[in-house]
Amino acid sequence: MSQPLSIVCFSGTDDRLQSVAVLTAGAAALDRPVHLFLQDWALDAFRADRIAADHGLAPEADAAGRRAFETMRAGGQGRWADTLRQAKEIGQVDIQACSLSMDLLGLTVADLDPLVDGISGVAGFLMTAEGGQVLFV
Amino acid sequence: MSLLHIDRQVDARGLSCPMPIVLTARAVKSMSSGTVLEVVTTDPGSVADFEAWSAATGHQLVDHRVVDREFRFTLRIR
Repeated sequence: MSQPLSIVCFSGTDDRLQSVAVLTAGAAALDRPVHLFLQDWALDAFRADRIAADHGLAPEADAAGRRAFETMRAGGQGRWADTLRQAKEIGQVDIQACSLSMDLLGLTVADLDPLVDGISGVAGFLMTAEGGQVLFV
Repeated sequence: MSLLHIDRQVDARGLSCPMPIVLTARAVKSMSSGTVLEVVTTDPGSVADFEAWSAATGHQLVDHRVVDREFRFTLRIR
């Protein structure tokens, strides 16, 4: 089962990025190569000076949902960035910043957390996604 | 009562998806073929996860049982 799993990460909220991290870690544990393509607000969340900050939750999360999320966090649930680091240790995980989004946000590679492996254009990403599934989060 | 010698154990109790299989995948990296790993979890989703993981990676899920509301998976490394 070595079909690549490719995820276009658009949303930068902690709950959606946690979803990305869980999918990534699960795929990596199953020996599936994973490619993440960071766009817009997801890319913004990977800034070195922001990656550890609170990125809030999706609009759907109400107060009860927020509390549930906090409870899991307090119970030791790993943060998405740590889960992604663990995923990289166990399998092939490649994280690319979308070059258009880099321009949008006025970023350079130096601004990004080391989790990000490089900058890619859309064609590069779609080529690596060949033969597998592409998800949008 | 298992007759299999357990070479290594992973305690994933209290951890939610994906940590049980992430810790397992990490442990397996340093284990040799034929050795036996036992993983203990409390996550009900891990039953399906370990069946899938075994099928995907080729490491044999020799046994899985529920003991005192804990799930125990015995894996033989390929």
